Amino acid sequence: MAANNYRHALFCAIVTLIISFPILGFNLEAKGINITLTGATTSTIIAVILAAVAVFVFQAFRDSFMVMLGKLPNLNPLAGKEPMEQSKRVKLESWVLTGIVVFALFWPFLVSRGSVDLATLVLIYIMLALGLNVVVGLAGLLDLGYVAFYAVGAYTFALLSQYIGISFWMALPIGALLAGLTGMILGFPVLRLRGDYLAIVTLGFGEIIRILLNNWTTLTGGPNGIGGIPEPTLFGMEFGRRIKEEGNTSFHETFGIAYSGEHKVIFLYLIALVLAVITALIIRRFMRMPVGRAWEALREDEIAARSLGLSRTAVKLSAFTIGAFFAGFAGTVFASKQGFISPESFVFLESAIILAIVVLGGMGSQLGVILAAIAVTILPELAREFSEYRMLIFGAAMVLMMVWRPQGLLPMRRIHITLNKQG
Amino acid sequence: MQDLLYFSQQLINGLTIGSAYALIAIGYTMVYGIIGMINFAHGEIYMIGAYTALIAITGLTALGLAWLPLILIVALLCAMIVSSSMGWAVERVAYRPVRGRHRLIPLISAIGMSIFLQNYVHLAQGSRNVGFPALIEGGFNFSADGAFEMSLSYMQITIFVTTLICMTALSLFISRSRTGRACRAVSQDLGMASLLGIDTNRIISATFIIGAALAAVAGLLLGMYYGSVDPLFGFIAGLKAFTAAVLGGIGSIPGAMLGGLILGVSESMTSGYLSGEYKDVVSFGLLILILLFKPTGLLGKPEVEKI
Repeated sequence: MAANNYRHALFCAIVTLIISFPILGFNLEAKGINITLTGATTSTIIAVILAAVAVFVFQAFRDSFMVMLGKLPNLNPLAGKEPMEQSKRVKLESWVLTGIVVFALFWPFLVSRGSVDLATLVLIYIMLALGLNVVVGLAGLLDLGYVAFYAVGAYTFALLSQYIGISFWMALPIGALLAGLTGMILGFPVLRLRGDYLAIVTLGFGEIIRILLNNWTTLTGGPNGIGGIPEPTLFGMEFGRRIKEEGNTSFHETFGIAYSGEHKVIFLYLIALVLAVITALIIRRFMRMPVGRAWEALREDEIAARSLGLSRTAVKLSAFTIGAFFAGFAGTVFASKQGFISPESFVFLESAIILAIVVLGGMGSQLGVILAAIAVTILPELAREFSEYRMLIFGAAMVLMMVWRPQGLLPMRRIHITLNKQG
Repeated sequence: MQDLLYFSQQLINGLTIGSAYALIAIGYTMVYGIIGMINFAHGEIYMIGAYTALIAITGLTALGLAWLPLILIVALLCAMIVSSSMGWAVERVAYRPVRGRHRLIPLISAIGMSIFLQNYVHLAQGSRNVGFPALIEGGFNFSADGAFEMSLSYMQITIFVTTLICMTALSLFISRSRTGRACRAVSQDLGMASLLGIDTNRIISATFIIGAALAAVAGLLLGMYYGSVDPLFGFIAGLKAFTAAVLGGIGSIPGAMLGGLILGVSESMTSGYLSGEYKDVVSFGLLILILLFKPTGLLGKPEVEKI
């Protein structure tokens, strides 16, 4: 047994060397038309060798490591205890959520402009993740082209404001409805497909929409994007220094305060906050409604759910449409926040990030998804020197989550009734 | 005559790209045939193959080696070894622990792996594309009356011949060798095969290794054909190859070859007669249409759902 273990360990170590040394050990550099090869720094090579040694040691003494891991004191103090009572847990969760919202309401007035801007982005991601959570987490439909609906929302606002001069408040429902409609139209034919095929088809749709946006230059401006998207107004009051549109007044003049660029940022943040809260509340309602139960039933066992009389198409389509609707919502806010959009913002990677948020947070769990959205967006900003490792870590985290904790960090708990033991 | 030449040029270009797609598609189709999952990271393994080949070619040239066939063969071997090891490691780390769970879980794990590998190469080699030296130059030119010239480059011939050799070797391996027979048995019924004493874990690893090695071949060929590689090189090619696999009927090896060729030709016809920008739209559109109307593909067997 031991000899076998060592052989396997040696093999793993050699594989580690093979897969890391050529890629990490040499750097290709283009000099004019010639490419030169330079060796990497000594520290990289030492790191590669250390990694191979670590793999060898781990694989060779794997059994003893596993025994040691089993003996470690459990780090989670709640692990052994009975789960919290249902009603208590729900109450606690809503208190936590309310606490977050109240904190979020007052917070922008205390911090710098940059952090408020970042927080607006976090809120947009929260909306997106909550919407995708319906599709992936609740209905179990893996949608890899989710960013397409986000793009539909953003481009609807951008195009309508460019051609008809529509305002943010008009564009918000129109963008969301159009995105939802797109979701319905795209969803109708594809929802018959089995899980993994559906994932690839939605990925294809996402790419098609991006390519169309990129190449339909006369309408969308192609890769140059669309600029000059108006900012939201508060009852006809603009936040700029000068009024852009006839009939509007400006915020700082109406209230007789000095102009400050921060007003606009904070206002946008508050709008995003309100919309995110609305999104969360609506989806929360949906989860408790029959349609929400139907989503989960279909996710758990399609054949059983259908034999109980649920219409597969209707149930899946509703999830898909609602998810797309909120992506459109987020897209409109995003367009307004940036003032400029281009197909660059709607690449597959964006879909993957949103999916990573949902997966990390715990598919189906709202609180988990919100916390994951905050973590995933803010952590790379805090650790700037690591920001280029962001996607690397995301990828690794997705794999590790699936291997060790597929239910996510804060898994969803179904509302259920436990029968008391008799006697 | 003119039109015919133009058409044949598109056909040649399409068949060239298509045969390389077919090589990548084999990896998707074999893995799907055996464990029923989409190996989303396969495109990245192909990209790593292309990078390794480029590194080997540059290194060998710098060492003063001048005999072209030797350079190419050594580079090909390096790429195949690195890619196969990668394929083996990916299966071990990301797929084996989640095998047998709900369908979406391996897929999400595979997407995570794909993102990881993309960024691994991105961090190690930079995000800019690196030029691939054109080692095989020249070709045959045909022209009717001077106006339009149809060309068949030596590079294209190399791609055809290499693909043909690989496909023949693979077919012989699958149909004649012991491991190949075990592969077929496992793809028919995994549980039964393991009852009959086949080490299914070994066979699954072997599938990943074979698929990755073929992807590395495609990586070297297409890298040279396109003239540059970058870390995102594998993503679109992987999707195309997956489309090819689905088109031919996923799980079927001849289907993957046929699908690759059809996809390659339809793509080059689109760029030849419509516009190059929309060729990706056409291949994705094709994928969607096939999945909607004939999910079993051209040569695939229908999947029966048992309760």
